[in-house]
Amino acid sequence: MTMTKSRSRDFQIYGLLLAVVAVLPWLGAYPVFVMKVMTFALFACAFNLLIGFTGLLSFGHAAFLGGAAYAAGHAMKEWGFPTELGLLFGTLVGALLGLAMGYLAIKRSGIYFSMITLALAQMLYFFFLQAPFTYGEDGLQGVPRGSLLGIIPLSSDLALYYFVLAVFVLGFLIIYRTVHSPFGQVLKAIRENEARATSLGYNTARFKLLAFVLSAALAGLAGATKTLVLGFATLTDAHWGTSGLVILMVLVGGMGTMLGPIVGALVVVALENKVGDIGRFLAETTGVEWFAGLGEAVTVVTGLIFVICVLAFRRGLVGELAAWWQRRRGTGAAPAAS
Amino acid sequence: MTEIFGIPIQAFLGQLLLGLVNGSFYAILSLGLAVIFGLLNVINFAHGALYMMGAMFAWMGLTFFGLNYWVMLVLAPLLVGAFGVVVEKLLLRHLYKLDHLYGLLLTFGLTLLIEGFFRSFFGVSGLQYSVPEQLQGATNLGFMILPNYRAWVVVASLVVCFGTWYVIERTKLGAYLRAGTENAKLTQAFGINVPLMVTLTYGFGVALAGFAGVLAAPILQVQPLMGSNLIIVVFAVVVIGGMGSIMGSIVTGLALGVIEGLTKVFYPEASATVVFLIMAIVLLLRPAGLFGKEK
Repeated sequence: MTMTKSRSRDFQIYGLLLAVVAVLPWLGAYPVFVMKVMTFALFACAFNLLIGFTGLLSFGHAAFLGGAAYAAGHAMKEWGFPTELGLLFGTLVGALLGLAMGYLAIKRSGIYFSMITLALAQMLYFFFLQAPFTYGEDGLQGVPRGSLLGIIPLSSDLALYYFVLAVFVLGFLIIYRTVHSPFGQVLKAIRENEARATSLGYNTARFKLLAFVLSAALAGLAGATKTLVLGFATLTDAHWGTSGLVILMVLVGGMGTMLGPIVGALVVVALENKVGDIGRFLAETTGVEWFAGLGEAVTVVTGLIFVICVLAFRRGLVGELAAWWQRRRGTGAAPAAS
Repeated sequence: MTEIFGIPIQAFLGQLLLGLVNGSFYAILSLGLAVIFGLLNVINFAHGALYMMGAMFAWMGLTFFGLNYWVMLVLAPLLVGAFGVVVEKLLLRHLYKLDHLYGLLLTFGLTLLIEGFFRSFFGVSGLQYSVPEQLQGATNLGFMILPNYRAWVVVASLVVCFGTWYVIERTKLGAYLRAGTENAKLTQAFGINVPLMVTLTYGFGVALAGFAGVLAAPILQVQPLMGSNLIIVVFAVVVIGGMGSIMGSIVTGLALGVIEGLTKVFYPEASATVVFLIMAIVLLLRPAGLFGKEK
């Protein structure tokens, strides 16, 4: 009873959010910016499936975003794939990369798992650096947007906007369904106590691998969509810095919450765009010249947020909000941060 | 006999030496990671950034204060170590009761912070640091020309690595450390100040990284991002060797450096990825690592 009640409340919130995002372009929001946020939000949601609901910290998710971005871009530009097939191809490449990396990484757990994913992603980065189809430092440019099912052209930002929104909603619903399925319950059991899940007869390695592949596939979908939106794919997508960025998004928004990654993606992408302005403002008001260079050193700001979040703010924005709501309603202890 | 497998012996030995130099850095850094992980259960992502800090301090010491290489070889690790002590006391200390992943995340944030900080002052172009005059030039060994500084890097690293091994495995202080690694609570019950030991261990581990940074300053470009790719290779080294044994870290680090150097001779395209490939193979055949024990 309470389950269905909380679920219907969930969907009221999601519906409201969807309505807001759907009218944003009419309220003067820059469509490409919102689309960029949506692709990163999907990326972060996919990542959250692992860290938030399975307890696995992957430090290599940039490989799936970047790999799929190149794959989809190459398919659409060089092979003339229609847009939908291009995205599908990117997703498939993400899934296959995830299968290979996950198969190796789940052989170890905890911190080793993180180090292995980081190292394998770095290997892939060096491969992309040398491979001819990525065009090295220049990046793969001029990827056509094509049209939806060959009928609706996506060349206008507005048409593309609703297409990307649909892709995002689809990805989000897949994650929602996964998390709230019996499969998702097993994943949570693994997160809480892997040994106990094993002793109950679950083949935890297989569950972890499946979660990893699903997460990689959705990260791939995000990467492919990103190529579609921006028209290019670059090495930055596959760099370890991007893996760090998606961790930050989920950390800021709230690990293990459905909406946290979306909020986190918005905050982090906006911050990356605006940090230069903030720095110039600080330099003017405080007279400290160093702030003016802040735009060049965004990592100082992201690093600082990382440290603060880990030390004092582990539930993230959405997690804190939910805890505050719970306290206000007086429904007992707030849920522990995961 | 001037060729080995069709490669001129000079080039071959030159790459071998370069591999040993890189291997020395891998050894010192993975050793530091292992010592820290043993006691703190934290994987210090900031190790690469602190290595960079050591190199930067060496350059700053010479450029701003006229302090030469030898002074900075002692001073820079001390400064980096002191920085580590502050980090441990102020930040890391609060995370020991939580999941180990938070330690990794915190030190990752620190890495971004430190690298970004230095970048905001020095940009990303490399700063020149010349080889100290006592070690300039090269020695002709008959079969190869040995650059003195590179030989010094290998020797100095080996001395530091084996010195650390000796202290940990053969002295009373090391016995305390090993006891703390095995069971911190019980060790504290015997009257040993474990929190202090934890602080000093972290300081010592990062000082090793700073030392490696000073050694690297004259041969590699000194720049704020010099540690960020290195640390990922060192992680792979740690996965290959496992963090269970000090000697294992040293041997694995050196061996992988040499293998990487030889790959540069025979198949240069793979030299950047060979360590990662070896990691993948080790994971398939012996998941716990060559010297590791599954915790």
